[in-house]
Amino acid sequence: MERLNPETTPMPAVERPLIYANLRQPGYTVDLDCYLKHGGYEALKKAVAMKPEEVCKEVETSGLRGRGGAGFPTGMKWKFLDRKSGKPAYLVVNADESEPGTYKDRQIIYKDPHQMLEGIAITAWAIQAKQAFIYIRGEFIHGAKILEAAIAEAKSKGFLGQNILGTGYSCEVVVHRGGGCYVCGEETGLIESLEGKRGYPRIKPPYFPAVLGLYNCPTIVNNAETMAQVKHVLAFGGAEFAKIGVPGDSGTHIWGVSGLVKRPGLYEIEAGKATFGELLYDFCGGPLDGRKFKAIIPGGSSTKILKFGERFKGKLPNGTEFDWALEDIPLDSNSIAACGTGLGTGGTIVLDDSVEMIQALSNLNAFYAHETCGQCTPCREGSLWLSRVSGRIAKGGAKESDVPLLLDIANQVAGRTICAHGEAVAWPVQSAVPKFKDEYLESIRLRQRGEPVPKLKLI
Amino acid sequence: MQTPSPSAADRPLRPETLAKAPAIVAQYPQKRSATMPLLHLVQEDRGHITKDDMHWVAEQVGVTPMQVLEVVTFYPMFRQSPIGRRHVRVCRTLSCALRGSYALMEGLEKSLNCPRGETSPDGDFTLEFVECIADCGCGPVVHVDGAMHENVEPAQAEAFAAKLKATLKDPDYGRRAPQPGTPEWNG
Repeated sequence: MERLNPETTPMPAVERPLIYANLRQPGYTVDLDCYLKHGGYEALKKAVAMKPEEVCKEVETSGLRGRGGAGFPTGMKWKFLDRKSGKPAYLVVNADESEPGTYKDRQIIYKDPHQMLEGIAITAWAIQAKQAFIYIRGEFIHGAKILEAAIAEAKSKGFLGQNILGTGYSCEVVVHRGGGCYVCGEETGLIESLEGKRGYPRIKPPYFPAVLGLYNCPTIVNNAETMAQVKHVLAFGGAEFAKIGVPGDSGTHIWGVSGLVKRPGLYEIEAGKATFGELLYDFCGGPLDGRKFKAIIPGGSSTKILKFGERFKGKLPNGTEFDWALEDIPLDSNSIAACGTGLGTGGTIVLDDSVEMIQALSNLNAFYAHETCGQCTPCREGSLWLSRVSGRIAKGGAKESDVPLLLDIANQVAGRTICAHGEAVAWPVQSAVPKFKDEYLESIRLRQRGEPVPKLKLI
Repeated sequence: MQTPSPSAADRPLRPETLAKAPAIVAQYPQKRSATMPLLHLVQEDRGHITKDDMHWVAEQVGVTPMQVLEVVTFYPMFRQSPIGRRHVRVCRTLSCALRGSYALMEGLEKSLNCPRGETSPDGDFTLEFVECIADCGCGPVVHVDGAMHENVEPAQAEAFAAKLKATLKDPDYGRRAPQPGTPEWNG
């Protein structure tokens, strides 16, 4: 048989399921027995045989970056935990999965809850938290029940609760359901919500959760998938885990592709080992029949939009110069950030030539206007104005000057708010207006002339 | 024809609801954290949250009723008025919209005889657009009470509505243990 030379022939990109390895197995179930048969809680045994600070060190060495969207190094976050205050430390797991386009954590919660719980037990041990909370979005009604049942099972076998694995160390885990509010995915808004209040994000400083978090105690807030990744960091060991992926971005990323592709779905790919072209064509089967790709929102709705046909030029953090088409961009956080956007949560929304871009923007603007908490004037007013102005472009009654007005409003929101919702409001507008200005103007003219508009309705 | 029980808003909370409260409150280092779990509990009991319920929650967690009202009015999932027998929530946000959720909504409005944001005159359905419910690869998705229906194509609106209407005659609706892979499991 003829062998392909990997040096000269590009190998087709393949998935590397770590997080989804179990749940992809036929017949895999959520119960503890099934998890144990698949090697469950072995990483926890390894962890509790180590000192907590050694576990922290492994995670730091692994180079793991948080999977909630910001991509902050997990090990470094744990280092910020105030251990001198004498107050109890809390672990809060952010399972609020509310960034539009993101549906990766849902799979873990509904299909492999013990994997996340094992990561929680390891993390709690590492930071010596005696109490952990899983803040799960209110709409995951059955998901919360699955987690509660899994916690009860884990407690009955000594993996959680009192005297974990005979160490004398105890940690209780409580599942806390949200109320359908996007801003509670922001860590300080989440903490307020968990305290039984409105989910108004807190100002930093002084409210860095690692110092003044839940009940004004030191708190680590980590994403649900990050917890699952921590389990694998311990299973591999930090140094081995760091070899998965590329320098600066280790492990796998789950790409949750939605929108207008042949095979929307979740694809777990080693960081940097495939490109957007491979993701969209090889994994997702390309555009729908007779359509052409137009743009993608790469990592959840707040990340900046990328247009097909653009060239991306610049320098990577390691100094390498690049000149890429959208299809060439490698799927790791540094490469994607170098193209002016972000990997975010990996929730890629795909738009094709059937989409009228102002309707897509208006759809997102309506989302942010609905979800602003209303604390900061620029965000509260700006998000509503953006929604109205883009809405009138999409529905009729707009002037051409409304297009630059969109940008003007967005520029007054970003950087002027307590939390990142301000940026989430502004970025889709700031990135899309310069790229699709001409099409927006055409949308205004179409409606002024009373001509037919694209059929797909998005607002 | 059945109409929503007029007593639902007036009757006391069920004894089993009251009995669950202390254990929920005890889970938290500070009682106030139990505000949202108790509000969910009340809403599961009655279908919505009344002023008296807010007073009860306030007592359980040691805050003023006003502080409970603040929470109720902040979170979209909490409601202060009754809804229809089936709560139909269609995802509106971009991923689902790209797959036709607006056309689906129009179809459901017709088939269920219910404008979006309202309850049908017979009290059977409340139909709403909601923001992203984190199942974006299977759009359009429709969350009906505790069940998540995926890939509900706009062309299937009428058939889907018929399926929902059939559940009104199912005496065990919502009471069966969910099986993996079903809308009930994913709800």
